[in-house]
Amino acid sequence: MSPNLRIAFRFLTAKKRAMLMSLSCTILGVGLFIVTQATTSGFEEFFIKTILGSNGAILVEDQMQDTMRSFAASGTSDFLITHREGVKYIEGVEEPKRIISALTQFSNVSGTSAVLRGNVVIRSAFKNESAQVYGIDVDEHLKVSDLGHQIVLGNIADFRESPTGALVGKVLADRLELAVGNTFLLDSRGQVRRYRVSAIFETGVRDIDKLRLYVHMPEARSLLKKATGVTFVQVNIFDKDRAPQDSARMQDVLKHSAQSWQEREKSWLEAFHALSMSSAITVSVFTLIAGLAMFNTLAMIVLEKTKDIAILRSMGYERRDITQIFLWQAAVVLAIGAIAGAIVGLVGTFAVSKIPLPINGIFKTETFQVSWNGWHYVEAVLTAAIMVMAASIIPARRAARLEPGDIVRGTAQ
Amino acid sequence: MLSPVATASSSANGTVLRCSSLQRYLGQGEGRVHVLKGVSFEAQRGQVYAIVGPSGCGKSTLLYLLGLLDQPDGGEIAINGQVMSNNDDAARTAARGANIGFVFQFHFLMLEFSALDNVMMPMRKLARLTPPEMTARANDLLSSVGLGDKTHRLGTQLSGGEQQRVAVARALANEPSIILADEPTGNLDVKNSTMVFDLLTRLAKDHRQAVVLVTHNPEIANRCDSVRPMRDGLFV
Repeated sequence: MSPNLRIAFRFLTAKKRAMLMSLSCTILGVGLFIVTQATTSGFEEFFIKTILGSNGAILVEDQMQDTMRSFAASGTSDFLITHREGVKYIEGVEEPKRIISALTQFSNVSGTSAVLRGNVVIRSAFKNESAQVYGIDVDEHLKVSDLGHQIVLGNIADFRESPTGALVGKVLADRLELAVGNTFLLDSRGQVRRYRVSAIFETGVRDIDKLRLYVHMPEARSLLKKATGVTFVQVNIFDKDRAPQDSARMQDVLKHSAQSWQEREKSWLEAFHALSMSSAITVSVFTLIAGLAMFNTLAMIVLEKTKDIAILRSMGYERRDITQIFLWQAAVVLAIGAIAGAIVGLVGTFAVSKIPLPINGIFKTETFQVSWNGWHYVEAVLTAAIMVMAASIIPARRAARLEPGDIVRGTAQ
Repeated sequence: MLSPVATASSSANGTVLRCSSLQRYLGQGEGRVHVLKGVSFEAQRGQVYAIVGPSGCGKSTLLYLLGLLDQPDGGEIAINGQVMSNNDDAARTAARGANIGFVFQFHFLMLEFSALDNVMMPMRKLARLTPPEMTARANDLLSSVGLGDKTHRLGTQLSGGEQQRVAVARALANEPSIILADEPTGNLDVKNSTMVFDLLTRLAKDHRQAVVLVTHNPEIANRCDSVRPMRDGLFV
């Protein structure tokens, strides 16, 4: 052990109460930082998982058509200027096979599913409701969604084997008092067809669960009278964070609008980000208090240990040794506080994850959602390190500036 | 002024400490006092010097200047032939650690540390010895001041006389060529005063170290090899 660290340890133990105060604040700051980040990130990650599982990472939708206009450069000139006026969208994807073939060339794409969507009226024995029917190829759609895991009643195999089977959103099924095996009618533009409930799914997103039902693509084409084309192609990717770049590239290449999940859910994601930032700032107050407590403790030690500083200086200890002795004290408190704080954060996060919290609306959960992310621990320790070490520099430098001659003469300022 | 040739030759002759025309002012503005008014002094190996005089005459100020704890406003200080007074803080600190041992009036032990740790502290900084050698030397020094059985006692568990004896052992830890003592017996009873002074002078003479001590005690002063009375910032 270096002489400076040895001295720092002894100085620390001489001011036990003050040091315990600084240590407690550091532990609390680090621990709470980790817990709050784990919960805010947990809900955000759960939300992202839900929306990716329901609507995929990227939706390739309407075809884009550049509109150009040409006019002469001057009244008598033959020179024409071409002017881009904007983009015209043609609803839907007319050639889904060609688009899907092109999408499979993207290295990040893991699956595609063509979807035909239309507005319908659903009629049960009890009442009618407006709904949106999604025509899908079930096996393709399972590759781009969590539909298989979202089934709460019935099973997907029944749907696969039943040409007139349907998967109905839970809220919609509840409103119509539909159970697995019941039949219902779908009415679209005067055409009415009968279907049977193969399974009931629940995404947790209320807007989806109250409106959406899935049928097989051939049935959807018949019902919606759309022999070719689809409404959109749902795309799943390996690296979800690359969705904005991939969707921009898809838009350029495919000449169809392509929207990433980040763009689709921008407002929710911004809300989560703001929540995460605000909780981090709030909790950082604890680490700020830890820094102030450290400043106060070290300032007291400097005042009380001026004679010791003079002794050390008279024995050949340099100014930088004195600075180091005081910074070591802060570092020891920080190290113990960071380790203990991380343990408190770990235990706290686990405890919070067991707290019952039924949420249904933007996602469905019964307990607090937490994220087990090592970066939260790094961020918490870095925040505490910055606060505590910054607060320690002033008293450490003040101690180093003391003149030993002034101290032994009793005239130190 | 000291010339390099003169200082080198004086070091070879046994002069370990030399100062010339030292000037020092203390205080600011109207309270500024001319404490040292051109003091010259030199100390030889194996000799014990007493600086005596009334309070405020500049004895302690001179001692702190000689110990490189303070910087003079004029004049020069040479340690073992090297002019140190105008050097930067790091060089003066290094010279202090290697060449000078201090004994202060109020013991100035680090009370959270044991007697052994206090004596080892200058050695740890200088790092000339290995840790086992440091421990052995510290134990020897504490035995030689009669505290061989109290090496692990904290400073707070030692009496005033014992603390001052630890301070003497600590001052000798790095085998400095100069021991500077500011009223080393000023806070002790007669018995302990005599014991501490005897220890200091015996050990210093054994190791051919120059001892410069400031004292108000005429009995102690009279037992030194040389007595230098001071008045109003000058030797008289």
